[in-house]
Amino acid sequence: MSANANNTDARRVVITGMGWVTPLGVDIDETWARLIKGESGVGPVTRFNAASFSTNFAAQSPDVRIEDELPRPEAHAHAGLNTRFALVAAMRAWKQAGLGDPDRAEINRNRFGMYLGSGEGALDHDNFFATSLASWNSETGASDPVAWARAAYKHMDARREIEQEPNMCLAHICEAFGAAGPAYNCMTACAASTQAIGEATEVLRRGDADMMFAGGAHSMIHPLGMTGFIRLTAMSSRSDEPHTAARPFDATRDGFVMGEGAGMLLLETLEHARARGATPLAEIAGYGSSADAFRITDIQPEGVGAQAAMREALHEAGIDPERPDAQGRPPVQYISAHGTGTKENDSIETKAVKAVFAQQAPRIPFSSVKSMIGHLIQAAGAVELITCVQAIRTGVAPPTMNLHHPDSACDLDYVPNAARDMRAAGGVDVCLSNSFGFGGQNDTIIVKRFAD
Amino acid sequence: MQRSVVITGLGAVTPFGVGAHALWEGLLRAESRLAPIERFDASGFPCRLAAETRDFHAKDHVPKSYRKAVKVMARDIELAVGAALDATRDAAVRTRGVLDSPDEPTTYPAARMGCHIGAGLIAAEADELARALATARDERGAFDPAAWGDGAMNNLQPLWLLKYLPNMLACHVTIIHDTRGPSNTITCAEASGALSIGESMRVIQRNDADLCFTGGAESKINVMGLLRMDLAGRLAHTGDETDGANVLRPYDPDAPGGLLGEGAGILIIEAEETANTRGATPYARLAGFGAGAAPITGDLPRRAQGLVNAIERALDDAGATPDDVDAVVPLACGAPGVDELEAHALRATLGTRLKDLPLITITPNIGNAMAGVGALQACAAALALKHQTVPARIHRGATPADLRAGPEAQRDARLRSVLVCTPALGGQNAALLLRAMDQ
Repeated sequence: MSANANNTDARRVVITGMGWVTPLGVDIDETWARLIKGESGVGPVTRFNAASFSTNFAAQSPDVRIEDELPRPEAHAHAGLNTRFALVAAMRAWKQAGLGDPDRAEINRNRFGMYLGSGEGALDHDNFFATSLASWNSETGASDPVAWARAAYKHMDARREIEQEPNMCLAHICEAFGAAGPAYNCMTACAASTQAIGEATEVLRRGDADMMFAGGAHSMIHPLGMTGFIRLTAMSSRSDEPHTAARPFDATRDGFVMGEGAGMLLLETLEHARARGATPLAEIAGYGSSADAFRITDIQPEGVGAQAAMREALHEAGIDPERPDAQGRPPVQYISAHGTGTKENDSIETKAVKAVFAQQAPRIPFSSVKSMIGHLIQAAGAVELITCVQAIRTGVAPPTMNLHHPDSACDLDYVPNAARDMRAAGGVDVCLSNSFGFGGQNDTIIVKRFAD
Repeated sequence: MQRSVVITGLGAVTPFGVGAHALWEGLLRAESRLAPIERFDASGFPCRLAAETRDFHAKDHVPKSYRKAVKVMARDIELAVGAALDATRDAAVRTRGVLDSPDEPTTYPAARMGCHIGAGLIAAEADELARALATARDERGAFDPAAWGDGAMNNLQPLWLLKYLPNMLACHVTIIHDTRGPSNTITCAEASGALSIGESMRVIQRNDADLCFTGGAESKINVMGLLRMDLAGRLAHTGDETDGANVLRPYDPDAPGGLLGEGAGILIIEAEETANTRGATPYARLAGFGAGAAPITGDLPRRAQGLVNAIERALDDAGATPDDVDAVVPLACGAPGVDELEAHALRATLGTRLKDLPLITITPNIGNAMAGVGALQACAAALALKHQTVPARIHRGATPADLRAGPEAQRDARLRSVLVCTPALGGQNAALLLRAMDQ
């Protein structure tokens, strides 16, 4: 879409509510304060016995209580952990948007949709493992499907199985908030919730809805989730020092640290927000999405796909990445990095940012909150976009913690080890957030200070 | 001015074989591929019938240079890459996936092609996982997490996780065909296919791509899929019955439930202007799309509202009224609760026109392919428009009077527009309106 095309109130999309569940807390301002202080949400895995795993630590979120947060909690009695995270984040966003009691809000439900990038629920591991083992026939070297069925029907619970389906966050949010407009869930790995927010923006711009929940929720802190990433050698194995294991952009980085949680935004067309007297927290200025089409395991070495996503988002936002803004500041004043802490991601993301922003790149604070809360997988993008809005609201850029050993392949300004107060330098008005997923999914969103 | 979007290629891997035309021929013959499951011994399950896609070998359907990658493809991925290659050939579009030499020019630049393939949650293969888990047992034979962490997990191949990520359907297709525009993986059960097609359509309309691979694929014909769908109340308990068409009886309130199929439907859709420039011959125009959600509990009108919204929006999006619709390709999954919801929504949106409309139901032929079903419905709609033919309908149940039209094949039917609609387990719904090219 050409820059600023048809920039009417009906096509402008604003954020009017935000909620999250993160390893550093649930309340937005309290969690933000902890991020600015550089606290770590990483510790030993307690959700299951991971003691012997080569990575036995993660950033776990508080186990939220639906009954303290939502009306009619009985409707969600069987919801999985990821869905509970999603519901609480959604309720917080809903409240911040000033919509009151979800059962009484006077909005057109048919024009209220959802676009989530939520992950699957956790397997019922104990019963699933028991079933698998009961089916194993060591003589034939195969799983016997008849024995599998017998054990499965004995052990497995219908509700628990159904709640693992990846559209169940949608089903519960629909139940809680009555959204009858367009509903989507996407699973583009670590890029999912950024893509969901971008596509939700497009749904609103197109006029297919007036208001959308957008974001994601995920937890892979479970035996097979951790196993999958350990086998891919994608996670840090610094089990002796979990608090400093997440080291994005540091020369000693050895992989990401698993996090979990949810981030949820309430998006509206500006027209709709104005009509109901809502206060925009920020505006979605641009969205870009691309595929590397390279390899399922590796990122394209020049970050061509990442560059394409950033350029598309910048173009849509009407920003020239190679020129300072009118106040002489860099064209975007903060970049929330995908910044996972893997060797490959951090150097290639750096290369891509340098290619896009050229001589402006070193001027832009470019940090990774994954150094504190870990990688929330499908929920990461939504949570990180909220940190961008917080940077705009407070004028402070969060730090990249645990960055003590410079890497010549990572030579930008990562806001190392201490948050940066940007207010004296003109504050933060425009932020860019990157998310990249396995398989070459690249998504970028630009969010800016709302101005009439 | 909004860009017009046309369907220029159809790719399908179904129980009728590879190719949308094989599907079409099967529908015309009113043949059902619902039969006793042969892939594994399903005698431990209450549902033992399904429509299997047999004799499909993925390595025959990927470029030679990509054959090695098949070992990291779950079946859902294999079905998707097969259908994508088939669609590319059908559309006669030159991509890296069909060109022999890297020097030959492609029809479109990579950045102008997108890829949206709906998917389900892919179950880990039972043999593969059980074999590894069996190396981590304690003295009582139970799973021992300590042993698992201590090395037993290394019995899984390093790329094990990537074999089962839902976005790998689209990712392999983007790599094979070198598409670098927007790509997405929508996971809303049966609605995934039509939602993906709708999203591709919007991407082209907003000029973020000129061509998209779009559709969905899934196979739940495995132990986990069969268990889950049964626990979700979607499947018939088939007893000794061996004729699936006796079991899967859309809209019959006394029907015992649905049956699984498996397959992929991938469409090539393009901006009409660029399709014309390259001299493509479209099947149909993708004229309208709508989506809507509804809670999965409560009374019928409440549960059906999401599909009502989807259909109304699709008609409105196409500038159409119910009078413009000449046939419907519904989900018709055979589970009475879902069929009742769908029938309610069709009545609410099409009114008195419904009783005159032929229904093209594909599930009695090929079962419910879940994330694959919506795109296969769209393939059937596109072929009906192109051939101006309504295939014969298999229906052995007690169908309500207003859902009975069109049991016989109608050659030379006058079809201007065909409505596709899909309600999903989970409350998401999508609808598409396809229009004949001469309309």
